[in-house]
Amino acid sequence: MTAVSKQPISLQVNGRATDAWVSPNLSLLELLRVEAGAPEVKLGCGEGVCGTCTVLLDGEPVNACLMFAVQANGCEVTTVRGLAPDGELHLLQQAFLDHAGAQCGFCTPGMILTSKWYLDRHPDADREELRRALAGNLCRCTGYTKILDAVEAYRDVCRREHDGD
Amino acid sequence: MATEAPPRPARTPSGRTSRVPHRDFVEKVAGTLPYADDWGFPGMLHGVVVRAHVPCALITSIDTEAARQVQGVRAVLTAADIPHNVIAEEASGLGIDQIVQPVLAIDRVRYDGEPIAIIAAETPGAAVDAAALVEIEYEDADGVFDTEAALRDGAPAVHPGGNRYVTWRSAIGDVDEAMARADHVVDETYQTPRVDHAYLEPEAGVGWVDSDGVITLRVSTQVIEHARQLADILQLPHSRVRVIAAYMGGGFGGKEDMTVEPYLAALVWKTRRPVRMVWERQESLLARQKRHPFHMHYRTGVTDDGTIVAQDITIVGDAGAYPLLSSRVLFAGAVNSTGPYRCADARVESVAVFTNTVPTSAMRGFGAMQVVFGYESQMDRIAEQVGLDPATVRERNFVERGDLRVTGEEIDTEPATRECMRRVLEELGEPGQPTNGGRVGRGFACSMQPYGRSVFFADRASCWIGLEQDGTMVIRAGVTDLGAGQAASLADIAGEILGVTVDRTSVHIGDSALNPLTGGTFATRQLYMSGNATVKVARGLRSKLAPVASDLLGCESSELEFAENRVAVASDPSRSISMAELSRTAEARSVMPYCHDTFDAETGEFDPSTGRGRSYPDYTHGAHAVEVEVDEQTGAVRILRYIACHDVGRAIDMQRVVGQIQGAVAQGVGYAMSEEVEINEGVMSSTLFANYLMPTSVDLPDIDAIALELYLGKGPFGARGIGEPPIGPCAPALASAIHDAVGVRMRRLPMTPERVLTALRQPDGPRRPGS
Repeated sequence: MTAVSKQPISLQVNGRATDAWVSPNLSLLELLRVEAGAPEVKLGCGEGVCGTCTVLLDGEPVNACLMFAVQANGCEVTTVRGLAPDGELHLLQQAFLDHAGAQCGFCTPGMILTSKWYLDRHPDADREELRRALAGNLCRCTGYTKILDAVEAYRDVCRREHDGD
Repeated sequence: MATEAPPRPARTPSGRTSRVPHRDFVEKVAGTLPYADDWGFPGMLHGVVVRAHVPCALITSIDTEAARQVQGVRAVLTAADIPHNVIAEEASGLGIDQIVQPVLAIDRVRYDGEPIAIIAAETPGAAVDAAALVEIEYEDADGVFDTEAALRDGAPAVHPGGNRYVTWRSAIGDVDEAMARADHVVDETYQTPRVDHAYLEPEAGVGWVDSDGVITLRVSTQVIEHARQLADILQLPHSRVRVIAAYMGGGFGGKEDMTVEPYLAALVWKTRRPVRMVWERQESLLARQKRHPFHMHYRTGVTDDGTIVAQDITIVGDAGAYPLLSSRVLFAGAVNSTGPYRCADARVESVAVFTNTVPTSAMRGFGAMQVVFGYESQMDRIAEQVGLDPATVRERNFVERGDLRVTGEEIDTEPATRECMRRVLEELGEPGQPTNGGRVGRGFACSMQPYGRSVFFADRASCWIGLEQDGTMVIRAGVTDLGAGQAASLADIAGEILGVTVDRTSVHIGDSALNPLTGGTFATRQLYMSGNATVKVARGLRSKLAPVASDLLGCESSELEFAENRVAVASDPSRSISMAELSRTAEARSVMPYCHDTFDAETGEFDPSTGRGRSYPDYTHGAHAVEVEVDEQTGAVRILRYIACHDVGRAIDMQRVVGQIQGAVAQGVGYAMSEEVEINEGVMSSTLFANYLMPTSVDLPDIDAIALELYLGKGPFGARGIGEPPIGPCAPALASAIHDAVGVRMRRLPMTPERVLTALRQPDGPRRPGS
């Protein structure tokens, strides 16, 4: 129980500047949940296996449970709430709602963020590609079928919007 | 004059066209739903459980002094500090449970991970540091780590009285005589694994002493009625403990027994401070209860034409170190072990056996799913033996309404197993082509699984429904919601009857102090019980309000239509009043716009000494068909297609029903193919989530779920429960498909690549189709 010296960090969480004074062994997950007021980031396993704690760090998905908060210093973190800053559901969230992609809802924040990240980069991904993209996010309730329905529906909405431009 | 309760609406709930979202699901996709660990108090303490790290030992001393000295530690409790150190479950419902479980181990450890002490500290770090300093001295004791060892003569006893905990026996007809006249006897054993619920939300909660002095817990639980058990443990009046159930991040039966509750409650009671407790995933895998592994021995006598004439079945279930709900699970195994097949001469025996392993208890399917692997594998073996195709053999033996079960009771609703089987085989269509050079095979399996508690529990559920002055509706019911839409269903059901839309309805659930109690969310009982309670109360309220409405509208009560937040004259919809107007007028006339009532499930007697009587209120029938590709080089099995069909009587919400089927299939596939909690000489060897292989998105194909609305069941509007039943047929359907592909019959789950490969390399070799 050697005392460890805390360090100052500052990062953006959903566009909001967040400064904290943290122990070097504090996980990004704990920082987000406890210090940054982002309990929508869920702890599922603490081993980086289930993907439940997925957040976007400078746009890339990471398991917040496997990162130290100090490693996120200067970074921009997006949680699922960051997709809907004004309270209106993001189209991807709406698709999860319409297609019952959420049952218990615990994997949902991570599932939505991974889907968003992948489709942003691969707007024409087919169902099998999406299936592979979500392999790191476990769901115990849905059997994934309705999650994929939701993600595909969102992809199609984006395509229509794009074609309409 | 009050109107009669209206008949079932012509438009079934499943015909609901408007898809106004339920608020809980909106919060879930937004990320704003407060789960058990998303909520707390400034300055709350952090609780941890100190656990044994040996499977079987005598405790010679527990020294907590060093732990108490850690800065910030506010309490270190051991067994002696718990007023009534007993977790009592009267699980059988028939008074045959004798063994109790200590909250904290007293003088001996019976399984790896058993709780020994609890600590509350100002920070999580201090609590963990203190836990490492609790010094426990043990004296080695001999243990038994599987049921075979536990049943040997002279085996060390896990509890005084021996390792054979509960035995259920039922019989009908004369099995020995019938077996003697069978043309064939198919004699096989099957083995199923110990698995974990693996919901994504670990066990969690916060407790505090509320302003009225009541010990209050807000936890992730399926059962708020545990408040009474907690009061008994703390020797408090039942009215002084309150449990609030947060929306759960999954339950699957794993939050049916208490998890953090007694530890949290004891720390709150001792410190009088708010305390938070969250179990780590690894702790959950180590020490929270699992599904019972079953050893099943089936001897089935059949005639040349494939008719079953005799069934002789024995089941041994590993209960682990404490009873929890084992007696009930093994009861379910016994009475459901003959499946959806007629059998005038049958005998079943099931035994729950104590071992020095983590206790087993409730999990989706609850004893009735393990046996599906047994009876469906038997049907395939029978087909092989008599030279008929598996569907024909099943057709010849399906139960009909009025047939007797092994308990001597009649099946009193229409079974749709036949229709479900035909449907999945039709959907399966023509075989696909191998894509990766493996062998493609197809299989199917049927099942009949109960919903509702055993009738001798005389189950009940209560509900309160009221209209606010603005015409919005409030439903209060003590249901807990594990993600399947338990709360949403009540809003849908009440809305059907009272015409109030979902967006104008609030459902207050999961509070043992403020809600009428409904019983927990388990046994696929919540729709059946609380759904029926909601129907009863909503109809009661409608009858109460109808005279006021008919007076205002100048028509007969029977002419009223409640829809879209208004009450109208059915023949002339231009004459209508708003629910707000109805509610205010009723109240002004002292007709209070609320109603409270209780639904009593059907009841019956069961005699454990004869094994005869009534068991379950009703069943849900189904069939699954699959196509797999087996890689003969590696033993790996890829699922190419999956079709699951169940008769749900009436769907309250078709989308949620389909979701339940798909989710159960995913969990059933994990059970069949990859999941197993491994214990080595009593020591848990799979406490990392990384080693617990549940299906990912790439392990499953799209699951084609079909919910038929064929024969009415006993739930609201004729609905049948769907939470658990779809998990049963997965394993036997997959085993059947593997056999079809490569000719090996898997008798043990999970069917991992290693096991499939080993089977392929057996000296007698696979029996390839056509070879």
